[in-house]
Amino acid sequence: MAFRRTYVRPMDGWWRRDPFFLRYMAREATSVFVVAYALILLAGVIRLSQGEGAFDDWREGLASPMSVAFHAFLFAVFAYHTWSWFRIMPKTMAPVVVGGRRLAGTTITALGVCAAIAKSIALVVLVRVLAS
Amino acid sequence: MKRSSQPVFWLLFGAGGMLSALFGAGLVFVTGIAAPLGLEPPAAMSYADVLAFSRNWAGKAFVFAVISLFLWHGAHRIYHTLHDLGIPTGLVAKLACYGTALAGTLTAAQSLLKIGF
Repeated sequence: MAFRRTYVRPMDGWWRRDPFFLRYMAREATSVFVVAYALILLAGVIRLSQGEGAFDDWREGLASPMSVAFHAFLFAVFAYHTWSWFRIMPKTMAPVVVGGRRLAGTTITALGVCAAIAKSIALVVLVRVLAS
Repeated sequence: MKRSSQPVFWLLFGAGGMLSALFGAGLVFVTGIAAPLGLEPPAAMSYADVLAFSRNWAGKAFVFAVISLFLWHGAHRIYHTLHDLGIPTGLVAKLACYGTALAGTLTAAQSLLKIGF
């Protein structure tokens, strides 16, 4: 039987072809760094349960310039995650009707981003109040 | 009819995504940037204060929710992105993704219980 040379459209690097796909992949890629941060915190909790010396070793690791630089990068990734999460929220949640009209997607996104900024600032302030 | 397990994973993904969208940037700033650079009061990340926070039931619940839900969020998203990268999403991929999240959740629970109340 003859070997048929049927054309198969190459899919390598498909997501680099369109800015929309590029944004999609950037959004999906944030999950890798969310996991990385969760593992850093998990290491901290394990060290905490092992005693003061172990916990201080973990904190010393966090104070290294490499770690601070990585966390600055993580901060940017989480900020992008916040933006993209509320950007797609109008499509993932049930429609909200206010005064007989459907709430605009941009309103939902803006409310979500405002809530995230308020919560993050509240967290930073709370840490200061609890620690002082 | 066989019931799909996906709604459970999707719920954990959504909860973790929302929690990280609301608190993620603030948490990274406090634990990874401000505290190591000395911008926070020295007590903020001291052993005594973090231990006291983790012994309080609300603090314990927050730490557990952040670690486990972030892991389930990431596991679900990575699992569904594998297909887009041309990696087969079989049982192996499923076990690697959700298995990591489960192992992390159990380890966090064990350590937090060891810390006590």
